Amino acid sequence: MSQAVMKGAAPAAPRKDKVETPFRRFVSEFAESKIALGGLIVFTIIALVAIFASVIAPQNPYDLAQLDIMDGRMEPGTVGGAGFTYWLGTDDQGRDMMSGIMYGLRISLTVGAGSALIACMVGASLGLLAAYAGGRTDTVIMRLVDLQLSFPSILVALMILAFLGKGVMNVVIALVIVEWAYYARTVRGTALVERRREYIEAAQCLALPTHRILFRHLLPNCLPPLIVVATMQVARAIALEATLSFLGLGVPITEPSLGLLIANGYEYMLSGKYWISFYPGIALLVTIVSINLVGDQLRDVLNPRLKK
Amino acid sequence: MAVYLVRRLMQALLVVLAMSIIVFVGVYAIGDPVEILISPDADQLERERAIRALGLDLPLWQQYLVFLTNALQGDLGRSFVFNEPALKLILQRMPATLELAFGAMFLSILIGLPLGLYAGLRPNSAASKTIMAGSILGFSLPTFWVGLMLIMVFAVQLGWLPSTGRGETCSVLGFIGLQPCSAGLQWSWLTGDGLAHMVMPAINLALFKISLVIRLTRAGVRETMLMDYVKFARAKGLSASRVTFVHVFKNILIPVVTVVGLELGSTIAFSVVTESVFAWPGMGKLIIDSINVLDRPVIVAYLMIIVMMFITINLVVDLTYSLLDPRVRLENKGT
Repeated sequence: MSQAVMKGAAPAAPRKDKVETPFRRFVSEFAESKIALGGLIVFTIIALVAIFASVIAPQNPYDLAQLDIMDGRMEPGTVGGAGFTYWLGTDDQGRDMMSGIMYGLRISLTVGAGSALIACMVGASLGLLAAYAGGRTDTVIMRLVDLQLSFPSILVALMILAFLGKGVMNVVIALVIVEWAYYARTVRGTALVERRREYIEAAQCLALPTHRILFRHLLPNCLPPLIVVATMQVARAIALEATLSFLGLGVPITEPSLGLLIANGYEYMLSGKYWISFYPGIALLVTIVSINLVGDQLRDVLNPRLKK
Repeated sequence: MAVYLVRRLMQALLVVLAMSIIVFVGVYAIGDPVEILISPDADQLERERAIRALGLDLPLWQQYLVFLTNALQGDLGRSFVFNEPALKLILQRMPATLELAFGAMFLSILIGLPLGLYAGLRPNSAASKTIMAGSILGFSLPTFWVGLMLIMVFAVQLGWLPSTGRGETCSVLGFIGLQPCSAGLQWSWLTGDGLAHMVMPAINLALFKISLVIRLTRAGVRETMLMDYVKFARAKGLSASRVTFVHVFKNILIPVVTVVGLELGSTIAFSVVTESVFAWPGMGKLIIDSINVLDRPVIVAYLMIIVMMFITINLVVDLTYSLLDPRVRLENKGT
């Protein structure tokens, strides 16, 4: 008897003809929360908008030929000189805010997801190694993790960007250094339990190479908590990147992420032109909240302790 | 205990030393300050004189040794931009940051505790659900954007509060009224105008902590309500308010206050963002400005001070825990 059937005994009856795979069970448990499902849908839309920004955006905000300085700082809904409506207004250079946000999302999501992915690989590898090797290796890696986590993320990122200077690559490096420790700690915790299981012993008896045991046997069994942490860290990375860009330490002006768009609107806001900062912020907020909602539900579904 | 104390202190010192090397090498090894500091029109002779005056001609390890020796004497170098001791610059701006951080901590308890208490006592009411949803929002909202929106609504549109700056300050610990204000430490919260300037930045900085306190308090209340001593107090026929405020409240206060205290360090670190939004002249604004003009001594001094601060906070926490929890002590004796 699986959990899904036990939970909703009566309504599950007509579905019995379907074979219940772990994946189907996971999907149906995830879909139990309508809010999380909504978050997933919203995030999918955001991701699609970011991917196809160059197709659906009314203008290319980086192509100076398409910008009309005469259309600068127009209110949302005004019809511009080129004939189309600026639904979210324009910035000081006559750039359509809606297009700017779509392209900005692209950079924010790329930096957020990219850094989370690299940090995940680095952190998970070190966490696995720490748990599997134990002893001195474990002590050194975990001391490093403890040291890093005792400083707030913004401070570490600030320090690294003060060393390296601005740039998309440098922001990614800073975010990876900030985040790897979370992955390492999570993976080590799970791997410490898993490495005492029989299948690891069996793999060792077969004299498999260590890297094979680590990545083919140990890692797949440490995935659930890793996925939860990774989801949450993507949201954190996006927020941190936006903050750094707002402070002028993040992405360069030629590749404006949402944070930089918000920063650009700062000076105009004091004269009441709110839209330059307001809408990119809403886009940022919706992105972060939708990811967090999905992550919250993933944690509930993937956590074996919460299952009855 | 003494052995543990000494070992922990040594560890902290080692970390400080390691961080000083990382910070120094990181800041000085990358990029060339000569390019920024000396005007491009300067001829070769002037350039060389300036390089020598700033000590930039020495090899890096010698520069580090000079830096370390000076740092131990309380001299963290002179700001290239202000031509003043970096340490003095930072200490001058510290009161502004500290009052903002403490203001935010105060607000987070003042707002978070009652809301969390309510949400914990009536977990299923609509108001509680709103509070909890709000706390998720508080975690998700980008701080700097909220700051901008606060300025937009309360300063630009409603005109209730001043948008930026610190307002009128008042000098305490100098001699009030006897000396010009610049002599003592400057505080905003002692003047009405200063307080009005402080409201928005403090709320902005507190937002995240408020959410944290709400969640902690709620979890604490829900746990405590199930305890036997609460049931017993109820069974004795005590009034609901007495049970809540004496028996429950007192017990949840300890962990909440501990966590809030621990958050002081991160509040100071995150004030970098708030200070930039509200042009609050604290340490955070100084470091951002310094990074932008590559004012290396100030960057190094700021990072060193903040690293020392965190190491001290962590040290105090660890020592307190080992005093309170014998398991920590015993574990360390073994190794």
